[in-house]
Amino acid sequence: MNNKAITCKDLTKRFGDFFAVNHISFEVEQGEIFGFLGANGAGKTTAMRMLCGLSYPSSGEATVAGFNVFKQQEEIKKNIGYMSQKFSLYESLTVRENIRFYGGVYGLSDKQLKEKGDELIEKLGMQQEAKMMVGSLPLGWKQKLAFSVAIIHQPRIVFLDEPTGGVDPVTRRQFWDLIYDAAEQGITVFVTTHYMDEAEYCNRISIMVDGRIDALDTPANLRQQFGATSMNEVFYALARSAKRSAD
Amino acid sequence: MRTLRLLLEKEFRQIFRDKGLLPIIFVMPMMQLLIMPLAANFDVKNINLAVVDRDHSTYTQQMISKIASSGYFHVTGYYTDYTPAQQQIEREKADIILEIPAHFEVDLVKENKAAVYVAADAINGTKAGLGSAYLNTILADFNNEIRMKWLPEAAPGPGTIEVTSSNWFNPNMNYRLYMVPGILVLLVTMVGGFIAALNIVKEKEIGTIEQINVTPVKKWQFILGKLIPFWVIGMVDFSLGLLLARFVYGIIPLGSLLLLYGFLAVYLVALLGFGLLISTYSDNQLQAMFVAFFFIMIFMLMSGLFVSVDNMPEWAKIIAKLTPVTHFIDVMRMVVLKGSRFADIKMQLLYELAFALVLNGWAIWNYRKTA
Repeated sequence: MNNKAITCKDLTKRFGDFFAVNHISFEVEQGEIFGFLGANGAGKTTAMRMLCGLSYPSSGEATVAGFNVFKQQEEIKKNIGYMSQKFSLYESLTVRENIRFYGGVYGLSDKQLKEKGDELIEKLGMQQEAKMMVGSLPLGWKQKLAFSVAIIHQPRIVFLDEPTGGVDPVTRRQFWDLIYDAAEQGITVFVTTHYMDEAEYCNRISIMVDGRIDALDTPANLRQQFGATSMNEVFYALARSAKRSAD
Repeated sequence: MRTLRLLLEKEFRQIFRDKGLLPIIFVMPMMQLLIMPLAANFDVKNINLAVVDRDHSTYTQQMISKIASSGYFHVTGYYTDYTPAQQQIEREKADIILEIPAHFEVDLVKENKAAVYVAADAINGTKAGLGSAYLNTILADFNNEIRMKWLPEAAPGPGTIEVTSSNWFNPNMNYRLYMVPGILVLLVTMVGGFIAALNIVKEKEIGTIEQINVTPVKKWQFILGKLIPFWVIGMVDFSLGLLLARFVYGIIPLGSLLLLYGFLAVYLVALLGFGLLISTYSDNQLQAMFVAFFFIMIFMLMSGLFVSVDNMPEWAKIIAKLTPVTHFIDVMRMVVLKGSRFADIKMQLLYELAFALVLNGWAIWNYRKTA
């Protein structure tokens, strides 16, 4: 066991001749908010899927929560939370039932489920909606709920794949409050996003271009390094060099 | 165990909240069981017969009235010439032409032999074949009557062999008795096969399967969580069908219910394994639907429900044997009509066990949490 949340060395995913992820190396500290940026098609989701144990790497090394991504996927899965681009709670179950199902699957007892569930519902202000079908909630609420459910078992790391896509600015702000809360509890947050203002909220960010990591530092250092006034400019400077067309 | 319970809880909630799925599971099969056996009747009746009578004699009159009174034929017209009768066939007003040549009676009396000519419209093969056969029997019968009349003290000669047959296990040749158990098997198969095939794919489409795949839920837990609810539904559907068969068609299984349910239990595992297997290979519900439809079509046609497996060519018999439905229809008919016992259906049970193991093993193997 090491106490890095994620370590990654020359991690690669190849589909034939195509390097979706090309020898990426980085480390993420426990409790850090790590922004994983890149244009569409740069390889972010593929890299994240490997780290979550959803996909086998072609080569390289990586550990998540101290477990090997080649052999110990099931151990990794016990220690992480995951929220994908697609909304992944069950729409025909109520808020409560979703909490019960996902929490229970991670081994929470009935008593813990009750406590955590109450706490979560109160925090999100969803007392009225607790017995509503998740399918009938507005998108922003669904996303906040999905995030809260993804960390209900207090994982060491939570992976968020574009969690705020299509969400209004106010809700996005609230969403980031939830992320900060989680980080304060010691949960490492690994997040991909296309919103540069959100990138500024991260402790450190990496920017992927064509399957490689071209930049990795704190937002302030990156701005300085690229002589830019905002993360937007940094991103443009890097993304413009991409040869791969988006999607 | 707790994970499995949670999965089952979720699955049952989802099924019972799906307002579109419930009627498909419970109402539709029962409606079909009420309607289909009434139509699936293999008795050929109401064969339209066009008569070309060129003789117009007493004998031809007797012969035609004997045919008409048999109950199988409906005489649509009398003609003196072949052409209008043929037109009747072409217009699909008649199925069979019976042509009686001129001098039929004279030939019969003087020469002691006469011929009639039967032409059948073979587009509807069953009707043509059975119709001609019925007609032959009636004519042979008629022939005998005449001979008896002429030769009351029949000269000792080569006797004719008379065949008397009785139909065991279904003395009145009641088609419903034969079809209802088979149709019930098909309905259970359709419902079970389709919902199982569509289910995992649906989770793939929505994206929830990915969420499940990042949790510590085990493969076998997930598959069992899918199998058990549909297995229960299959059992309930079958029971409803049996009740309906009893109260609507008066069909009460002669054999042991326990044996029937025991076989059903294994059969459902095999069938659902088949559905889940399709599910793991398909990317979306449309794909799964078409693949499932293709196979269920084969199941229906090769299962021996409509065509006896014994009449099939060797290669088709092999396909029929490799179809899980075949064995269950077989067992249903044996247990319901004959009262067969465990020893009689051992082979079929072995087949189903093999199907259950292979299909489910394959489905679990092909479902990957990590791709």
